[in-house]
Amino acid sequence: MSELTLTVMRLGFLAVLWLFVIVAVQVIRSDLFGTRVTQRGSRRTAADPRPQQGRQQQQAAPPQQRQTSGRQRRGAPTKLVVSEGTLTGTTVALQGQTITLGRAHDSTIVLDDDYASSRHARIYPDRDGQWIVEDLGSTNGTYLERTRLTTPTPVPLGAPIRIGKTVIELRK
Amino acid sequence: MSVVTNTTTIGAIDAPSRRNTELALVVFAVAISVFAYANVGLALNGELPSGMLGYGAGLALLGGVAHLAVRRFAPYADPLLLPLATLLNGLGLALIWRLDQSERFQALDTFAPAASKQLLFSAIGVGMLVAVLAILKDHRILQRYTYISMVVALFLLILPMFFPAVNGAKIWIKIPGVGTLQPGEFAKIIITVFFAGYLMVKRDALALASRRFMGLYLPRGRDLGPILMVWAFSILILVFETDLGSSLLFFGMFVVMLYVATERTSWIVFGLLMSAAGAVGVASFEPHVQQRVTAWLDPFAGWGKEAASEQMAKSLMAFGSGGTLGTGLGQGNSDLIGFAANSDFILATVGEELGLAGMMAVLLVYGLIVERGVRTALAARDPFGKLLAIGLSGSFAIQVFVVAGGVMGLIPLTGMTMPFLAAGGSSVLANWALIAILIRISDTARRPAPAPSPSTDAEMTQVVRP
Repeated sequence: MSELTLTVMRLGFLAVLWLFVIVAVQVIRSDLFGTRVTQRGSRRTAADPRPQQGRQQQQAAPPQQRQTSGRQRRGAPTKLVVSEGTLTGTTVALQGQTITLGRAHDSTIVLDDDYASSRHARIYPDRDGQWIVEDLGSTNGTYLERTRLTTPTPVPLGAPIRIGKTVIELRK
Repeated sequence: MSVVTNTTTIGAIDAPSRRNTELALVVFAVAISVFAYANVGLALNGELPSGMLGYGAGLALLGGVAHLAVRRFAPYADPLLLPLATLLNGLGLALIWRLDQSERFQALDTFAPAASKQLLFSAIGVGMLVAVLAILKDHRILQRYTYISMVVALFLLILPMFFPAVNGAKIWIKIPGVGTLQPGEFAKIIITVFFAGYLMVKRDALALASRRFMGLYLPRGRDLGPILMVWAFSILILVFETDLGSSLLFFGMFVVMLYVATERTSWIVFGLLMSAAGAVGVASFEPHVQQRVTAWLDPFAGWGKEAASEQMAKSLMAFGSGGTLGTGLGQGNSDLIGFAANSDFILATVGEELGLAGMMAVLLVYGLIVERGVRTALAARDPFGKLLAIGLSGSFAIQVFVVAGGVMGLIPLTGMTMPFLAAGGSSVLANWALIAILIRISDTARRPAPAPSPSTDAEMTQVVRP
């Protein structure tokens, strides 16, 4: 066995050993940090052994449940993206459910933001599938573009909704 | 479970079960071990070892069976404990096999091929893991056996006193036809159950009744009873079994658990003072312990005269010749250590052939196991589980410290085995059982809380319209 091969194997083994340690630490890291969005469609549910833990969206949320199939309009947003704030990069698929925002633990998006109220705002589809944002009587207000919301307002595609330091928008 | 469509959940606290991560890491660990095995064969004989397929398949089978058992019996368990233990066990097998191949090692009159035996014991160990997971559905059941486990542990600890000393320490019992057994390894786990159950009940008395003096909470005289008892007992082990390792392990574990249970720093101060006093006291008259201390203080002085110091000196030389990156698997001379090179001194082989870099990685793997144990203790919801998890991971940590410190010359060497890495049936069995209990506690701790049952009031309230 040539000297070179053995040297390569020796260093390779150390590299692999350290890689294992690093991967293990990565697993711990994901245990500690990070909000992760998991979509639990019917396809994933069978593979996912974990019960839903009672944190799923209330299907019977007000005001109206939209059928996902068949009524998807052209140009309708398909996901909600957090573009600023601590949760930057978080996405939630829009599938006809009501999305609640706030510091309360049972919100769809749990805001870690000093300027947010515990039940700050909600975003829901109306009868025609148009997404509406409604302020739920928050202390510091919800802003669509530059205006503070007073009534439920339709959300155009890509318009920034600002809650405290967090900005979210609807995207295709 | 019901199939729910179209839901989106954001999970910050909502950790998934992570069984697939575990599987991937187990596969990785087995691959690393097979790599080590192949590397040894290539370095020694220039060809892939003939037993590689059997060894790889055996290890993969063990990892697979253990993984399936966890998937079946403890689906929410910590994903790291099993792969880390598998890696250490597999690496240990490769190193033991490597020492079996050495001609110098084979020339010893105590030589017996240990690798196949170790693989057999690993298989029994994994069987033990499966059995513990299958039988122990809830770790709180152990709480019922608090005082029974004390009796059993004391019995196991006292038993070796009636058997002849092996290499100066009475920690083995010989069962004719079966072989030798080290009951201390099992007593370690069983006595943790006792400490956890006992401290859970008594911790308030131990924590609250105290006076403050110079920033320390001094316990009342009568509350010192338990710690004095354990101290006296570990001194007895030291005197009658001449085993510094076990004695340090039991006392250290008790102090750690006492500290965690009562949150009083004074226990640590007392514990350190008492163990120092005990060790110095016993070392002053016990020749076996004295010999170890001399070998520790100046290992090179006894070169050629005394076997214990010479072995210690050779171990230090092995670490030195390894350097930063090591000599490569199968290319070191750690077999010169001779007797016990594949059990107590196996870390010297790691240090020489994998170097400082490999040594650090192996110690980190031990550290990660301890970390996961402590994390489990933090996450556990019941005080008994917390104390049990901290006690088990604490004893694991102390054992690693005592062995690694001894082999590297930091503390006097004691006859203990490196968990999973070293050749030794009892040690492998007991440590797989330890990992199984940690997996069981972490499963209970990480299991999602059941959904709150709907309030009966809410159902009965109705809107009454006029």
